[in-house]
Amino acid sequence: MNPRQYARCLGGIVAREGLRFLRQRERFFGALVRPLVWLFIFAAGFRSVLGVSIIPPYQTYILYEEYIVPGLAAMILLFSGMQSSLSMVYDREMGSMRMLMVSPFPRWYLLLCKLVAGALVSIAQVYLFLLIAWFWEVEPPWIGYLLAFPALLLSSLMLGALGLLLSSAIKQLENFAGVMNFVIFPMFFASSALYPLWRIRDSSVPLYEICRFNPFTHAVELIRFSLYGEVSWEALAVVLVALGLFLAGAIIGYDPARGLMARRRGV
Amino acid sequence: MTALKVDRLGKAYRMYATPKARFLELITGNPRHTPYWALRDLSFELAPGETLGIVGRNGAGKSTLFSLITRLFIYATGAIDIYGYNLLTQSRRALAQLGVVFQQPTLDLDLTLRQNLRYHCALQGIDYSLHRAEIDDALQRIGLAEQMGDQVRQLSGGQRRRVELVRALLHKPRLLLADEATVGLDIHSRQAILDQVRDRCHNEGVGVLWATHLVDEVQPTDKLVVLHGGRVMAIGSAAQVMEDTGSETVHQAFSRLTRSVAR
Repeated sequence: MNPRQYARCLGGIVAREGLRFLRQRERFFGALVRPLVWLFIFAAGFRSVLGVSIIPPYQTYILYEEYIVPGLAAMILLFSGMQSSLSMVYDREMGSMRMLMVSPFPRWYLLLCKLVAGALVSIAQVYLFLLIAWFWEVEPPWIGYLLAFPALLLSSLMLGALGLLLSSAIKQLENFAGVMNFVIFPMFFASSALYPLWRIRDSSVPLYEICRFNPFTHAVELIRFSLYGEVSWEALAVVLVALGLFLAGAIIGYDPARGLMARRRGV
Repeated sequence: MTALKVDRLGKAYRMYATPKARFLELITGNPRHTPYWALRDLSFELAPGETLGIVGRNGAGKSTLFSLITRLFIYATGAIDIYGYNLLTQSRRALAQLGVVFQQPTLDLDLTLRQNLRYHCALQGIDYSLHRAEIDDALQRIGLAEQMGDQVRQLSGGQRRRVELVRALLHKPRLLLADEATVGLDIHSRQAILDQVRDRCHNEGVGVLWATHLVDEVQPTDKLVVLHGGRVMAIGSAAQVMEDTGSETVHQAFSRLTRSVAR
């Protein structure tokens, strides 16, 4: 296999993921409706209740809508990453996953391609969401849209890798919903997506520590800072380490000789 | 060189008497399972251009064998070599020789026929545009050239199966694995698929491993392995197996070999 063949494989997997997403219109609208409901309704309702003081990267007081947009962008990545994993469980049950696994490319590469494909689809949704938010007068600097891309890519890869790791441990599609309830919602609510962490610290220090430990918090902050042209080095480091760990776990999980799939199926 | 060499292959699953036993094994690390051998001491060879029928009832171990040859699972004992490449140590080279039709349908229903074939090309690292004429020709032969732009879910079961076969042979594999490829199809569709496989494989020297519980799909000239309860009951040319069991048909030989044997 030469580099051109590797590129062809990546292109094919990305194209398939994109086509599947476009064909499943309800998934497309579902992915957008969720954050928009939060932005249009939740944020409007809680604007006066949840005041936000001046915290980095913001230079001045901001409306609550502006505060939660990076969190909602990360929310799209989180749900989309998990949805992508759901499709892995579905693919495995329905058999099409087998076509991927019998490809002569290394398995780690196939999983990485799958991850990149899912990330690109998620990022397209985020940019569409940011466009709608712009009309809602959430207007980060133009350079922020550009700088947000690597932050979105890293965050999306990290969340997708977590999803892959989970999907390697899930036996059936029915189990997935339960696992998601134990992963998506705790991750989302125990983060800085909807409220700044200092507010959580005021209420409960242990909960504050949990939020700081949560890699999703750092994904949100990475996106938030990048949208305003800055880099949160702490968030970047945590996201990179989490990406490495989750990806390694997923590759081992999908290894027929060593992974969870192997342990489930054989002696 | 052999297309496929399976040597003393064995695969076992863990069986637990109760869910508690599984839990205790997990917690304590002490084995509390008994091995259930889905395949045991299976050995055979397949030459290029040869067709080998693996017949057995449901649960005989046919699909397990396919999962092992395609490296979806890892075997417990023995070895598998595909055109001289060991499946464990040279898995990528070994897998590159394979074309596979799984028992479960594996086409993406949301995509069109063309998109499915394009995706398969990508997974094999080949350029779809270079194979376009060939694909059109293959689909023409099975009467589906007009449906290239249709979503797969609009095709009938027989049409989907034939597309899967075209797809499996698209990258010119040297060994075709077909696991119950004709299950659920009417007699005409079955025959069309069998003819399609025999034509292509005979003309191009592709080895074929054809697993089925429909024993009439095996011809007397084919090689035959009869599996029952994960063990080999008979192996040889179909004509030889018929002679050894004093049978007039493959079906009769199969019945005699598997009727009275308990697992």
